[in-house]
Amino acid sequence: MTIRPPLLLVLQEAAPAVVPADTAWMLVATALVLLMTPALAFFYGGLVRSKNSLNTMMMSFVALGAVGLTWALAGYSLAFSEGGPLLGGTANLFLEGVGLGAQGTIPQVLFLVYQGTFAIITAALISGAVVERMRFGPYVAFIVLWTLLVYAPMAHWVWGGGWLMSHGVLDFAGGTVVHINAGISAAVAATVLGVRKDYGRQAILPHNVPFVLLGAGLLWFGWFGFNGGSALAANELAALAFANTALAPMATLVVWVLLDYFRSGHATAVGGATAIVVGLVAITPAAGFVSPGAALALGAVAALPSYFVIVARSRTRLDDSLDVFAGHGIGGITGALLTGVFASKAWNAAGNDGLLAGNPSQLAIQALGVGAAIVYSALATFVLLKLLGFVTALRAAPRTEGMGMDVSQHGEEAYTSGEGSILVISEPTPGMVPAPVLNPQTAAR
Amino acid sequence: MKLIVAIIRPDRLNEVLEALYRAEVTGLTVSRVLGHGGETDRVETYRGTTVKMELQEKVRLDIGVSDSFVDVTVRAIVGAAHTGEVGDGKVFVLDVEQVHRIRTGERDEGAVTPRAMAG
Repeated sequence: MTIRPPLLLVLQEAAPAVVPADTAWMLVATALVLLMTPALAFFYGGLVRSKNSLNTMMMSFVALGAVGLTWALAGYSLAFSEGGPLLGGTANLFLEGVGLGAQGTIPQVLFLVYQGTFAIITAALISGAVVERMRFGPYVAFIVLWTLLVYAPMAHWVWGGGWLMSHGVLDFAGGTVVHINAGISAAVAATVLGVRKDYGRQAILPHNVPFVLLGAGLLWFGWFGFNGGSALAANELAALAFANTALAPMATLVVWVLLDYFRSGHATAVGGATAIVVGLVAITPAAGFVSPGAALALGAVAALPSYFVIVARSRTRLDDSLDVFAGHGIGGITGALLTGVFASKAWNAAGNDGLLAGNPSQLAIQALGVGAAIVYSALATFVLLKLLGFVTALRAAPRTEGMGMDVSQHGEEAYTSGEGSILVISEPTPGMVPAPVLNPQTAAR
Repeated sequence: MKLIVAIIRPDRLNEVLEALYRAEVTGLTVSRVLGHGGETDRVETYRGTTVKMELQEKVRLDIGVSDSFVDVTVRAIVGAAHTGEVGDGKVFVLDVEQVHRIRTGERDEGAVTPRAMAG
């Protein structure tokens, strides 16, 4: 009887086991990342005109349902079950075999949901490029297909044992899979859809800047789960990623606000909110591979390319309405390349040394990852949208666009006074008599 | 002098402003109003409650002009606000008894004729 405890210990070491501390942190991290999609809805929703605010927010919220479901039923298997270098297998289709057993040190069901929250926000990110003009139905069809055909394969390449992973590309929390992928797809989607009818003819202003700040703040909060959780454990690596997620955007924010101030004379709120997101995007691939000091440097440098691409983009005919390409595409590329500069084995032995630690080849490997993501994401998104465009109209008619997408797509308004609205009672209930109504049409006769 | 009052669709406002600017009509007042011109009612739904929006958002323009500017102003508004569907709006032209420019104390025609800031 005395030999039982040691025997159990031996068994635990042999078979992968669920670690309670890791599970506890990953439960929280998963909820944090899920919160990022509603946060994105506020960030984007504040940036558009009020007549399109509900539609813009719904483009993010609908991903929670449509993409989440797609992920659970098929996307997860294509990304993470055993397969080839290009695509995962079919072992976990329709939640088959996803149980409470350990995936690493956490239960596999938790891993599935954690990864699902990434798929959801990545698809929602693209919506920023097509707001105020894309019809809702085709948009939902697009993000569902995009999740299966673009996101799941790339997640497999980088995290699921695919070819980029075996080439040694460092992407801690999804700079390539999430941000470059979404940013490039956004630029392609904006090109395929074309400019909004008012674009370049009149000023299109954000209708609620406080929403933008609220969204940016909540995104930062959620991002601790995004980067910190990507350690998939409650350990030193999670703490490093967490600290870097706090530090990098701080530096980006300072540099961005200074740029803003010296270029336009004002430290703008929309600029500050954008800076936070750009800093978060840039540190994402590097979070668990670089020192806190390097995170500050990375965050500061990352402000420059995105800032100037936003300035330049607004003078072109590329109506990437909410600058998804500049923020996530350019920010993601900057972060992925700088990971190859700042990465250090002293901080993460499972990673690699970068340029500054005497390993310039890592920079080339990072560039390979960036290039692969750009090429695949652009081609696949282009083909997907063109095919969808043959089946149905992607854009709303100009009249509808003028009226606003809230009323036309959802039959609701974000800010309604209720004045002049009449309750329609379909089946009169006995004893309930509708109040007499003055109808302007009949009253005039 | 006439006062031109136009009720137009909110989504045509920018086109109308552009047309007025081209016609060199510069002084005007814009307000958001609610109204009804016989267009089909818009139906909205909130948590299963169906609501008919009887009053639609419209934009009202008030423009004081000298007589020689009445036709160009009306033409600019009608041309730019037109979509051909019910609910495009109306333009009213009203007689005006007096106009005073507060800054200079000018009256009538002089008060509705644009002047340089230094003048």
